[in-house]
Amino acid sequence: MKVRVNGRAVEVPEGAMVSAAVALAGEAAFRRSVTGEARGPLCGMGICFECRVTVDGRAQVRSCQTPCRDGMEVRTDG
Amino acid sequence: MRASYDVAIAGGGIVGTACAEACAAAGLRVLVAEPGPIGGGATAAGMGHVVVMDDSPAQMALTQYSRALWIERIPELPAEVEYLPCGTIWVAADEEEMQECRRKKVVHDAAGVRSEVLDARQLSEAEPHLRAGLAGGLLVHDDSTIYPPCAARWLLERSGAEVVREAAAEIAGGGLRLRSGERISAGVTVNATGAWAPELTPGIEVRKRKGHLAITDRYPGFVRHVLVELGYLKSAHSITADSVAFNAQPRRSGQVLLGSSRQFGAESGAIEAAMLARMLRRCEEYMPELAELTAIRTWTGFRAATPDKLPLIGPTADPRLYLATGHEGLGITTSLATGRLVADLIRGHEPAIPAAPYLPGRKQEAH
Amino acid sequence: MDEFGVVVAGAGPAGLAAARAAAECGAAVAVVDDNPAPGGQIWRGQAVELPRAKVICGARVVAAPAAGRLTLETYDAAFEVGYRALVLATGARERFLPFPGWTLPHVAGAGGLQALVKSGTPIVGKRVVVAGSGPLLVAVADCLRQNGAQVALVAEQADGAAVRRFALALARHPGKLVQAARLRARVRYMTGCWPVAAEPGAVTLRRGGRTWTERCDYLACGFGLVPNTELATLVAGGAEVDELQQTRVAGVYAAGEVTGIGGLELSQVEGEIAGYAAAGRSERARRLFGRRARYARFAQDLERAFQLREELKALATDDTMVCRCEDVRMGRLRPYGGWREAKLQTRCGMGACQGRVCGGALEFVLGWRLESVRPPVFPARVGTLAISPKGLGGEM
Repeated sequence: MKVRVNGRAVEVPEGAMVSAAVALAGEAAFRRSVTGEARGPLCGMGICFECRVTVDGRAQVRSCQTPCRDGMEVRTDG
Repeated sequence: MRASYDVAIAGGGIVGTACAEACAAAGLRVLVAEPGPIGGGATAAGMGHVVVMDDSPAQMALTQYSRALWIERIPELPAEVEYLPCGTIWVAADEEEMQECRRKKVVHDAAGVRSEVLDARQLSEAEPHLRAGLAGGLLVHDDSTIYPPCAARWLLERSGAEVVREAAAEIAGGGLRLRSGERISAGVTVNATGAWAPELTPGIEVRKRKGHLAITDRYPGFVRHVLVELGYLKSAHSITADSVAFNAQPRRSGQVLLGSSRQFGAESGAIEAAMLARMLRRCEEYMPELAELTAIRTWTGFRAATPDKLPLIGPTADPRLYLATGHEGLGITTSLATGRLVADLIRGHEPAIPAAPYLPGRKQEAH
Repeated sequence: MDEFGVVVAGAGPAGLAAARAAAECGAAVAVVDDNPAPGGQIWRGQAVELPRAKVICGARVVAAPAAGRLTLETYDAAFEVGYRALVLATGARERFLPFPGWTLPHVAGAGGLQALVKSGTPIVGKRVVVAGSGPLLVAVADCLRQNGAQVALVAEQADGAAVRRFALALARHPGKLVQAARLRARVRYMTGCWPVAAEPGAVTLRRGGRTWTERCDYLACGFGLVPNTELATLVAGGAEVDELQQTRVAGVYAAGEVTGIGGLELSQVEGEIAGYAAAGRSERARRLFGRRARYARFAQDLERAFQLREELKALATDDTMVCRCEDVRMGRLRPYGGWREAKLQTRCGMGACQGRVCGGALEFVLGWRLESVRPPVFPARVGTLAISPKGLGGEM
């Protein structure tokens, strides 16, 4: 299915999480910390909150626990 | 055996540390007894609002004086105090509350407080996430927020006071006795233990008033000012019923701090799901999109409430035993003025504002 | 339907075993899990046999508003469930230790990178260093290799002697021994070796007197496991259990890694015991005590072998980030004697992860233990917490 990451279309396999879409789009930084450091996923299981991105306009979504849906719009804070 | 002090203060919250700082600045030798984290009581629980409140002339005088003291000290405040000059908007839901805004504006003009009445469109421009259909509001420019535990620590460090990490078990005019049994003698002893003040000074009219709070994840720009519904005043006034009132404010990080609730008679600090839910629903009534924001933490605190809504600042019947407590929801704002008043009264100096309305000996009529 | 005889929090091995056992006894069972599919961490991405129960995935427990009730939240909704008995099978998370560069985007947990890869993160042709501690590292290396990664090295901080003793003890558990042997043969595995710093595209490692830098596209680094006890603390004052896996609170059980790290088989038998006990069939539970005792020995071997070494306490400099949510560096935390004042003064632990990442680190490095837990036990929408709790007399 197709997902858009920061406006660019990315092809993702069935069952992939949004974290995979961001990685496939080549974005290393998912978010900026409170003092501006680039951050990416740490725990992969939804408890560290470092993988947060904006999904379909909703901010602070944990990408590693959110399945991709066709046509999803993802924005990182890189 | 410790040497004697000029002032021994029981309580290391924002009020106790402000007293320490003011007394030390006046050349007095100060000791502070605090068993827990500095600024760990109501100081840590509250929203950190520095606000002018015109509930009564005496409250207006105290909050305005104290707010000015905070503003004077902006250049010295360390970064972790997070001073944010965001201003307050008192939100009017209907025409009756708009009248209240105009009334407040008159009071502010007379007192030299900068504020402006906002109509519905201006309110919406100032705060786009407030729901449609509100009547307007009153923007008070020079109000701000701070992060209180760091402010308390800053005040304590500035004071250079001796700090004892133990509770006072007993206080009297000549000093205090720590839990360990050690006696500290002092010229003046100050009870600044907030909601626990009656335990050290039995009979004073201070009651615990529990409040719930919540804080969200980071949503920069969601709220830009401290927002308070005018119904807050009805909530703060009520002596008996449990009440909630919409109160939202931004942190520098973009997190949204949410309140407020008031309960008498609750002794446990545990979160009460129904009370929290009621408070959050009240907030959603003013800002519906709050429902979608992630809440990270909730907590409670105990305000120290008095019958006439004014704090107890100054000597008791024993001129060497002072109270500095009963600040209800205005402890952060009025801490600096409280410190100055205490320091002035101890030295027999004329305070910058009349001290009579706050003296412990006054007759308190609940209103 | 939102009322159940048994609710199981967690659909990993322990939770699924508990649900199966309880359903077998005829109880009306619901299993809830935050992950998008059942299986927990170890079976992420694999099909698992589902018990005869209502399985609700993508749902996290956020609060316990009254006895016998839980508030759950999903991506789009929030609701309460009622239970007569509760089994807490909330599993474990990795322990992360801070060291210079650990917050760089190419550094993830060991289980963390494995989970990300299982969820679709591309790893083909990427060079990975796996570091930290525990048998998980070997499993992760194997998984990454099978997915096309070039695993340059597995760096285990425990000394060779301890790891060899553990491998010998594995002889008691033949399945694990075979797995270990197979994995060891394919990957460069160094004991007594740990990361001292990460830089973009590389990691610096130490072993004995030698320090060197390895190129890597990813550093997958985790130092053992920490039980996810938050919900158990909120509901039952902790995850300590009796022989029937019951906590201090009657009707509330705990099973699996949340009660102590012990591996797959122990989790499953504990889950089964808890499931039978929760359904009121303790005689069935008792028949499993012997099996549990055998698997518990593995848990002890595990803990002994992979104890974290003292040197790891000194990896963080004053400048190293400790709280990633609030950007609090180690230098700001050291002056405090414990969590309470440090938290208030620095906001460490007050961020979105609610101390789950920095808590495990500071427990090891400074000996600080996080105290009580308040709701929401997991971040939840304001709207979810604004739901009037049922069973308390309705609207105020």
